[in-house]
Amino acid sequence: MKKIIELKNITKSFDGQVVLDNINLDIYDNEFLTLLGPSGCGKTTTLRLIAGFESPDVGDIIFLGENINNVPPYKRNVNTVFQRYALFPHLNVFENVAFPLREKRVPKAEIESRVNEMLTLVALNGFEKRSVTSLSGGQQQRVAIARALISSPRVLLLDEPLAALDLKLRKDMQSELKKIQKATGITFVFVTHDQEEALSMSDTVVVMSEGRIQQIGTPVDIYNEPENAFVADFIGESNILDGIMLADRKVSFSGHVFDCVDFGFEKRQPVDVVIRPEDVDIVSEEKGMLKGVVTSVTFLGVHYEIIVDINGFKWMIQTTDFVDVDEHIGLYIEPDAIHIMRKSQYSGMYGDYSSFSMEMDEIGVLEEEVMEEVLEEAEVEHGE
Amino acid sequence: MGNKNMAARRGSLIQRLCLAPYSVWAALFIVVPLIFVAYYAFTDNAFNFTLDNVRRFFTATSNVTDEAGTREVHTYLLIFMRSLKLAVISTVICLIMGYPAAYIISTASARTQKIMIALIMIPMWMNFLIRTYAWMTILQDTGIFNGMLGLLGLKPIHIIGTEGAVVIGMVYDYFPYMILPIYSVMAKMDVKLLEAARDLGCNSFGVLRRVIWPLSLPGVFSGITMVLIPSISTFYISQKLGNGKFYLIGDAIEGQYVANNLHFAAAIAFILMVILLVCMAVMQRSANRRAAV
Repeated sequence: MKKIIELKNITKSFDGQVVLDNINLDIYDNEFLTLLGPSGCGKTTTLRLIAGFESPDVGDIIFLGENINNVPPYKRNVNTVFQRYALFPHLNVFENVAFPLREKRVPKAEIESRVNEMLTLVALNGFEKRSVTSLSGGQQQRVAIARALISSPRVLLLDEPLAALDLKLRKDMQSELKKIQKATGITFVFVTHDQEEALSMSDTVVVMSEGRIQQIGTPVDIYNEPENAFVADFIGESNILDGIMLADRKVSFSGHVFDCVDFGFEKRQPVDVVIRPEDVDIVSEEKGMLKGVVTSVTFLGVHYEIIVDINGFKWMIQTTDFVDVDEHIGLYIEPDAIHIMRKSQYSGMYGDYSSFSMEMDEIGVLEEEVMEEVLEEAEVEHGE
Repeated sequence: MGNKNMAARRGSLIQRLCLAPYSVWAALFIVVPLIFVAYYAFTDNAFNFTLDNVRRFFTATSNVTDEAGTREVHTYLLIFMRSLKLAVISTVICLIMGYPAAYIISTASARTQKIMIALIMIPMWMNFLIRTYAWMTILQDTGIFNGMLGLLGLKPIHIIGTEGAVVIGMVYDYFPYMILPIYSVMAKMDVKLLEAARDLGCNSFGVLRRVIWPLSLPGVFSGITMVLIPSISTFYISQKLGNGKFYLIGDAIEGQYVANNLHFAAAIAFILMVILLVCMAVMQRSANRRAAV
């Protein structure tokens, strides 16, 4: 596969704050690459460097073998779909899409046919004369995509393009974007903080945190073989435990020795162990490798999500078998369900699922003291 | 449903109460005087209806003598055209200076923006007459400006009493009214739109021509209106800086008023107002048409 863009040793700071710290990344022809990470991880800055809105403090941006550090945005064969679309409010749909062609003084007839072609691609025929401010979010999104694609760029940059859409529309646009990428063969570089979106759309996922690339890989690799605790925690749910490698393919954690498939570690090397909630089998207490008590059960349709207390560490397990709160159960873990990671700066940062509940996940964790205060106040009011 | 309606109605009641002082003010000091102007314009000294005043504006003639000799001219039409010419020149100069300035200020850091805007507004806090007098001392033949030219070994230039002096005065006095509305539109412009234009193939000039200019047009139109209208009807600047040689339409109104020709003064004011209203309507129309494209 051909490399289109290479980022080499890129470092970038704003006001003394390091935003990107020695980034190295190759982007290949015709791939759907996603930059994934929490806000402030540097993913948008990476995108803006490729677009040409920022230039690196250190390092090189190579486009098809040529250094483009000092090439202004309008001379780069790269276009951007902005987060809030950035459509020109003084132009109608047709003129927004035709904008880049008018700049290049393309003949009228050709503009007409190419704009129509683009509007067909994004299913907006008949909207030519409409004002962009009268369009819904999804329609504005399509105009932005058509406008960015009409000059046939080698690379399309998408900065959280779906963040402003509601869930249903977002799902539709995800598959549509994927379709457009396949149809046009243009390389997409997609920025998102939504791990599900990243996994479902991408050929390659680049997980970023604190200005550094944590892992580059296919969605399956990233999910099954996370590089460190950050990646394991950010992508999907995971139980992350402290463990010790006893020998190749032998690891000890939670007071039990397990067979696993990982090797190449030193003897007695401390490691992080990841076990995905769906990879744990629930068995009777006697048959279990680990024993614990169920502390909560949530029905989610396809499965139950249960929290199990094992020696004080709360595990999350997804199962289709019904168990009850306070039930004593055993856990059985296959060797290939255990993934071993080297210790990193992120080790021990994520803890267990003791504070987990669906609601708290959404509103942010309330501190226990605050919670108690609220409850007490409620009681007092009730008493009066 | 009832709640929502109630809230809306209460909101509008409060709004109406808040508006009341201004409504009274506007009725007493804007609407009533306008009616009086119209009433005086179409009546004679005995308050009988007449079109004579209006007719006089368009037909009155006088003899003008200059290098080319003596000829007969339509007095008030000539004065009006002269006012219009000076006002248009001043407005164009304000726009040419104000637009780039507004753009540069809007791209500066927030702190710099505040300082620059303050610097532009500070002269407005000084009395209009004092500012004009200041320009007299600067521009007169033995004034500061010519003094500086002398220091540079250049010959003094006769400025005071020329049309140039009047234009300088107008530009100085009305410049803030051009720059502020343009600046306020530009400061609100979404930076992402400018980035999008660069991303889609525009160099700096292209961004200016295809995005910044069209989006700043509302500011440009209100700037033009706010400079053109006061400068077309000014009389004080022309008297002081033009040495009274350039009789403008504002001077004509004042002159008739002072001479106790209230009805004809009202007629000139009325005609001027109608012409300005028509100009503004045409401009607004073309602005709207541009916005709709």
